[in-house]
Amino acid sequence: MIAIIDYGVGNLFSLKSSFAAIGKEAVVTNDKSIIESASHIILPGVGAFSDAADKLRSTGMADLVKSEVGKGKPLMGICLGMQLLFDKSFEYGEYKGLDLIKGNIRPIAEVIPAGLKIPQIGWNALEFRNETPIFKYIKNGDYVYFVHSFYAADCDEAITAVTDYGAPLTASVQSGNVFGCQFHPEKSGDIGLNILRAFCETGGCL
Amino acid sequence: MITKRIIPCLDVKNGRVVKGINFENLGDVDSPVKLAEYYSKFGADELVFYDITASAEGRELFTDILCETARKVFIPLTVGGGINTVADFDRVLKCGADKVSVNSGAIRNPSLIGEAAKLYGDQCVVISADVKRVDGVFRVFAKGGRENTDLEAIEWIKRCVGNGAGEVVLNSIDTDGVKKGFDLEMLDAVCNAVSVPVIASGGAGCINDFITLFKTLPKVDAGLAASIFHFGEVKINDLKKKMAENGIPARITENNYAESR
Repeated sequence: MIAIIDYGVGNLFSLKSSFAAIGKEAVVTNDKSIIESASHIILPGVGAFSDAADKLRSTGMADLVKSEVGKGKPLMGICLGMQLLFDKSFEYGEYKGLDLIKGNIRPIAEVIPAGLKIPQIGWNALEFRNETPIFKYIKNGDYVYFVHSFYAADCDEAITAVTDYGAPLTASVQSGNVFGCQFHPEKSGDIGLNILRAFCETGGCL
Repeated sequence: MITKRIIPCLDVKNGRVVKGINFENLGDVDSPVKLAEYYSKFGADELVFYDITASAEGRELFTDILCETARKVFIPLTVGGGINTVADFDRVLKCGADKVSVNSGAIRNPSLIGEAAKLYGDQCVVISADVKRVDGVFRVFAKGGRENTDLEAIEWIKRCVGNGAGEVVLNSIDTDGVKKGFDLEMLDAVCNAVSVPVIASGGAGCINDFITLFKTLPKVDAGLAASIFHFGEVKINDLKKKMAENGIPARITENNYAESR
């Protein structure tokens, strides 16, 4: 069973539905015992980094997720959920994340050419970098759906794919059993479903 | 490179998809769920569900249809029609909508966009404007294009974006249903006024109309249409191929979840 962490951020209907579509049971929950018994954890999130980080900590989800990851359970952060995996974000200030992957969240405005719209909204291609099991069923150049104004910087070793938005922006990361997607696999059609399916096959604890 | 989006729009009334020519003479097309699945499978980049039901009963039916669609379709869904309050945002977001477009609701209640953007983020709020030339001035129309609000369109759209709308759908009433191409002049004026994505709507009659749109106005992010897709006059995959041939970035899809399964 997949636990989708519910900490009061974002719309989890599609995420839950996408696991149903690939034949996996997923539960939207903040229940400690359910999360502990899950085979995989999804950390979703949209909105502001500082609000989400506060909510993760105040609900106890931050510590719980970290301790489950410590036991070797596969975790995937999606969109803001991915950004929360890093040490620090510079989104309107400086805020601490979960510190599961080394790197910083920075505005895309710092690296993309002037004239490109912010946020990046739409379908862009993945350019594979380091190998990762979650791309088992997709290929280099496949399109996924992005909505973001910030990106993960200073994390070259963890990058598994980038996307070209006038500059290469981090699209996905992996550090051991911790995975992150800047894009929305649950909104990326068949490609996205295939990424979720491959994630469910990681860790060998189905 | 980010691709130009192609977006079929499904006008839904009492649980069925309809399409009006100049907003009148509504004709029945098909089941919204079936159409959404079909489009998702054959290359649509996003779908817009527009609720044109007036009754509470119809609204409930719409919400059911939306939930059913969101369970089966995994591309972004935008919902519009009858969005007047933050509670309306909540209602459709819970059913799986990713973005909510406001039109008359924002005209009646100018603080709606700001409140919704604060709660759900700018990326969730789309301002949809029905615009028509009146004595040479772009004017915003309300109530499905029936009522002139006297608002000057470019100023209105700028104000909405300033309040937190993260995308603009510009529907030209002058070109809607005419099938002779998008309203390039009106779109150019909007693109020069805002820095958020602009979605062109109204007037597409053939593949070339989309090519002309993206070639002439590279700042336009997406093209939206209804009947030409519903009646199969334009197949989205053909359109995407033609876009790619013309050097317009397009997402070409294969149905490869089914294949790899």
